[in-house]
Amino acid sequence: MLNYVLRRVAVAIPTILLLVVISFVLMYAAPGGPFNSERPLPAQVMANIEARYGLDQPYWKQMANYVWNVVVHFDFGPSFQYRDRTVNDVIAQGFPVTLTYGFWSFIVALVVGVALGVAAAIRHNSWLDYLAVGISIGAQVLPNFVMAPILVLVFTLWLGWLPGGGWQGGQIEYIILPVIALSTSYMASIARITRSSMLEVLNAGFIRTARAKGLPTRRIIWKHAMKPTMLPVLSYLGPAFVGMITGSVIIDVFFSTGGIGQFFVNSAFNRDYSVIMGITILVGVLTVTFNLVVDLLYAWIDPKIRY
Amino acid sequence: MSLNPDPDTADRLLAAQAAAEVKGRSLWKDARQRFMRNRAAVAGLVALVLICIFAFFGGFLAQYEPDYVDFSLIGSNATQGVPSFETGHYFGTDSSGRDLYARTVQGTRISLLVGIVGAGVAVIVGTLYGAIAGYQGGRTDGAMMRTVDILMSVPYMFVLILMLVIFGRSILMLFIGIGLISWLDMSRIARGQTLTIKGKEFVEAAHATGVRPMTIILRHIVPNLLGLVIVYATLLVPQMIITESFISFLGLGIQEPNTSLGALISNGASNMQYGVIWQLAFPLFFFVITLFAFFFVGDGLRDALDPKDR
Repeated sequence: MLNYVLRRVAVAIPTILLLVVISFVLMYAAPGGPFNSERPLPAQVMANIEARYGLDQPYWKQMANYVWNVVVHFDFGPSFQYRDRTVNDVIAQGFPVTLTYGFWSFIVALVVGVALGVAAAIRHNSWLDYLAVGISIGAQVLPNFVMAPILVLVFTLWLGWLPGGGWQGGQIEYIILPVIALSTSYMASIARITRSSMLEVLNAGFIRTARAKGLPTRRIIWKHAMKPTMLPVLSYLGPAFVGMITGSVIIDVFFSTGGIGQFFVNSAFNRDYSVIMGITILVGVLTVTFNLVVDLLYAWIDPKIRY
Repeated sequence: MSLNPDPDTADRLLAAQAAAEVKGRSLWKDARQRFMRNRAAVAGLVALVLICIFAFFGGFLAQYEPDYVDFSLIGSNATQGVPSFETGHYFGTDSSGRDLYARTVQGTRISLLVGIVGAGVAVIVGTLYGAIAGYQGGRTDGAMMRTVDILMSVPYMFVLILMLVIFGRSILMLFIGIGLISWLDMSRIARGQTLTIKGKEFVEAAHATGVRPMTIILRHIVPNLLGLVIVYATLLVPQMIITESFISFLGLGIQEPNTSLGALISNGASNMQYGVIWQLAFPLFFFVITLFAFFFVGDGLRDALDPKDR
């Protein structure tokens, strides 16, 4: 087991390094520097500014410095657009917001999805089953940027029940719509995977044995069927996590929640390279870490995995 | 799948059966029959054909050019720009006074193109990559697939936006960016299938007669991957459309005067509180229908070409 963990970590580290290097190379390849403007600065002023940000140093040294600062000090450097702000400030401001509604979206998608999938599988070919299948097919064509306007249209403009944007320190009514918009399509996918997985498990021999020896259905589901059912769901959680963290960009922009996605898109319009890179790397690290955790959980639950 | 095919299908089946007794059925003919029996898939196919006709020929019906701005309508959209046949604005006008029908036609066309090009790149690059990795095996395979693993765990949407910012926002860049990530899944699928084909006798025979590896891959392996590849390519198209629309929704994708369904949905969503709901409704309708059509056709093809999956 320890060997397996070490091997997984050994793959995760180069992935993160690669991401840092790719971002840096891309940024370096960008035409024009952050201080090139309509009116060219005097050459000496330019040289001073470049020296201040270390842009006068050779390519490899800049890269080495950047990688070193990111990896060792978790320092993504200064923003190129706002003199009084570093990338770390931006992340410190936006990340808690993203984390809050992201966490709730993940929980909702997982809990509701699994519950719906299990219910549909137990009541196979009942109205509940058809409802679950219908929802999961319908939600395929409702990605977050489609859900968000529809939700605001219905719950804010027509019904007037919930605010259509803002954050207000994370009050509950400001969280509800973002969470629904972000979680729906993943909830549907989880429900579909759980349903088909549970149906397959319920046909397995050991479930028949459990029934034959007279165990109550509830006990069969919870004690015997649940664990193998969850394996495919678990391996879907990695992609779902990536999808949600990507979707948070839409949520931040559409609901003006002030998470990192909003900074990311603003920086994309302002060509604020260091903020874009910093957020890309942060998201990359989160993704790789999450996938690592999922893989380890998988290995822990499924005894068939050899390490 | 329905147990009671309508009389038409039943007739066709009987006819096909009669023909089969004489000619024998090929794999593809078999698949076509299975596909035709699946009502949702056929409906999806019909919808898809209609959408393509709309996207590529709908422009002839438009009374206005997609980039023609009617300045008299700006500001009075909610009253003057309502969808109507009399004004010639079948779908109403957008917030800049442009004809939404012409814009929707244009947006649907660009979304379809992005989807198809993305899936096309995936088919060519992904299939070859997967087939080579699977056929070579050993260390080459390990290195190639590990690279795919690493690329897959990178949050590509962020990298794609980073690329769009750095190299400028253009359709070409969008195509390249989407093409760069679309082939990853396909290469895994192709590799898995190659591993099973590799052990078959005809590959062994080719190898024994001294056919070069690349020729074996192109002549003997790739044709046998085709069924699976077509299925997943069909399912990839809607994903590519979603990816493109995602970026265009943020305003980072397709730039004016061009448009895509994502950009139109974004426009509609930001104006929906001004009583111009059609600006959201029409693009949304075509977006949802297009995705549904592709998913149903893809599912139908999977049932038809890959029956062991069920």
